[in-house]
Amino acid sequence: MLKTFASALRPALVMTGGFALLLGGAYPLAITAAAQALFPHQANGSLIERNGRVIGSELLAQGFAAPAYFHPRPSAANYDASASAGSNLGPASAALAQRIAKDAAALRAQGYPDVPPAMVTTSASGLDPHISPEAALLQAPRVAQARHMPVARVEALVRAAIETPLAGVLGENRVNVLRLNLALDAAGHAGA
Amino acid sequence: MTTGMTMSGWGLILIFTALVALLAKPVGRWLFALYEGRDTPLHRLLGPVERGFYRASGIDPAREQGWLAYGLHMLAFQVVLTLFTYAILRLQGVLPMNPRGLAGIGTDGAMNTAIAFVTNTNWQWYAGESVLSNFSQMVGLTIHNFLSAATGIAIAFALFRGFARHEARTVGNFWADCTRVTLYLLLPLCVVYALFLVACGVPQTLASLVEAHTLEGAKQVIVLGPVASQEAIKMLGTNGGGFYNANSAHPFENPTALTNFVQMLSIFAIGSGLTWCFGRAVGNTRQGWAILCAMLILFVAGAGIAYWQEADGATLAMAGGHMEGKEVRFGIAASALFSAVTTAASCGAVNAMHDSFTAIGGLIPIFNMQLGEIVIGGVGSGIYGFLLFALLAVFVAGLMVGRTPEYVGKKIEAREVKLAVLAIAVLPLSILGFTALAAVLPAGLAGPLNKGPHGFSEILYAFSSATANNGSAFAGLSAGTPFYNGLLGVAMWVGRFFVIIPVLAIAGSLAAKRHTPATAGSFPTTGALWVGLLIGVILILGGLTFLPSLALGPIADQVSVLAHTGF
Repeated sequence: MLKTFASALRPALVMTGGFALLLGGAYPLAITAAAQALFPHQANGSLIERNGRVIGSELLAQGFAAPAYFHPRPSAANYDASASAGSNLGPASAALAQRIAKDAAALRAQGYPDVPPAMVTTSASGLDPHISPEAALLQAPRVAQARHMPVARVEALVRAAIETPLAGVLGENRVNVLRLNLALDAAGHAGA
Repeated sequence: MTTGMTMSGWGLILIFTALVALLAKPVGRWLFALYEGRDTPLHRLLGPVERGFYRASGIDPAREQGWLAYGLHMLAFQVVLTLFTYAILRLQGVLPMNPRGLAGIGTDGAMNTAIAFVTNTNWQWYAGESVLSNFSQMVGLTIHNFLSAATGIAIAFALFRGFARHEARTVGNFWADCTRVTLYLLLPLCVVYALFLVACGVPQTLASLVEAHTLEGAKQVIVLGPVASQEAIKMLGTNGGGFYNANSAHPFENPTALTNFVQMLSIFAIGSGLTWCFGRAVGNTRQGWAILCAMLILFVAGAGIAYWQEADGATLAMAGGHMEGKEVRFGIAASALFSAVTTAASCGAVNAMHDSFTAIGGLIPIFNMQLGEIVIGGVGSGIYGFLLFALLAVFVAGLMVGRTPEYVGKKIEAREVKLAVLAIAVLPLSILGFTALAAVLPAGLAGPLNKGPHGFSEILYAFSSATANNGSAFAGLSAGTPFYNGLLGVAMWVGRFFVIIPVLAIAGSLAAKRHTPATAGSFPTTGALWVGLLIGVILILGGLTFLPSLALGPIADQVSVLAHTGF
């Protein structure tokens, strides 16, 4: 038995080396080269630039807090794109229940007539770039007021930003917060 | 945001399940060619690579091995692979492609991670984006995502040969099986799949990070890397180890509802194909369909309960439609479905934080893992784990009718049944033993984030996940300690190889037997009666063994939620 094991060591060592070169080296490098040639925008993180400066990735949430911008969902990672995380608080967690009650009360104090569940719950990644169309429309009056824009104009921007499920089944109705905020700025009234 | 169950939610689950069934034959045919060692259209391109590997290793792929030699060669490979990655992680600080200057990993952490990836578990005590360099991710980890998957499929092939061959002394050549599966199945699929993922938004670059300046003037550091190449094999090989801490919930790993759907399908694709391949190998594809049917019934039951609870079940904070730990682009249905898929298979990727699921929604993943991940299951490990239960089921049926049990033309005797029980007993021994240990020792009790029964659930989840080689977590558990790294490392190794060795012994024992033609007295193993018996045996063994532990964790959690008692 020991002899069989020993005789397996040469193939084990050679295969480890060979596969490390092929699967750990050639494969990811070839995919990188192809990806950079075919889909450079996506391959480099779907970054958005404005005036030559990277302002973020269209796929990652940022912690917008000013009244003149749409706000994302709360983040357990504080929107840190180098340390994604959820809260991991469980179904019977008193800490979670208190946090949600407090955040919901704060939103109601800001004039939200109704608090959508997604706006008081942290996402899985802490970087969820989307909110629901309802959550965006609820924020429209605040944004409009801060920007001295007609509410209808802001609501129209929200409606234009709504992404719908693929083939009616895959995904949910959603709005990308960063893209919506860029559309707001582009609408002519500079942010806060 | 839709809360509550919807038609489109159920539609998603049913369409998904139908597609998994449709994949069985085409994937199975391809697998069967590799099982038989026949040439595929890809041999023209990759044949020279394959032959080069054999020549350099001094292997004659046509020379077959008995079960013991097959197992020893497999084990030698795993030991070398473990040490290889252990060395890379320890030396990370001096290795290339590390512009952020990340330090080497400590002994217990490096050993835990090396074992985690070699055993197809991909348990991650660390947050990938903050701890690992691109070199460690690519060379140290991605390689195992291929090879641990190929090893699982090789073991399944050896067991298939045990059933298919008559009076044979050998079960195949491990190196040939492992190399062929890697070169002609996993690698080509991953090339196409990775590029699809990039097109949808998954990064693939050697750059490490980029700084963004937000519209409000804040700074955001964005970690990038060769994500897509790892993501593809992470799903296809049921590995589950994410590039980022948030895994497939991270928008860079899983940017859209479409990538999410394809990721779920790719977790099940090969496992589904292996059921067809088994049927074909033993000369009756209906044997494979019966297995797939039993698997899918168990799967839909689990996914349905998870969806129902996540959409309509209560937590202390909310009455229904709980979005804590879920992403808006997936919503509730696709999050619940993903949790059932990833734990029915031994994948362990997550697109939502299971720790924040409702109590019963979180019970389903734990239960799926405790059954041994045989509902489609990990690539290779799912089907060989399931066949262990099939042996027990024919044994039970044989006891009832008073005949020597037979399965697909082989008499099942004391030796096979003993070995099957030995392999199945590994799960409760490791899961319950280690959980009990961690639940009484101070070092174990320091781990959970949540208080009350949910803290116990976090520990139970960890050892279920490690032993079953899943790798997902109730991630509130702080597992990056010597205590958890050590115990979970042992659980992963035991859960993988203490099952594989008896499986190979069964393969050898079956291969040596004569073919026993089915007679009028044989118990039929293709119809509805058989499917029902299989499901019954699986649920009774799994249910009775683990029910007390579930009562202490998720069920106690549910009771306290219903009583509005928080912790």
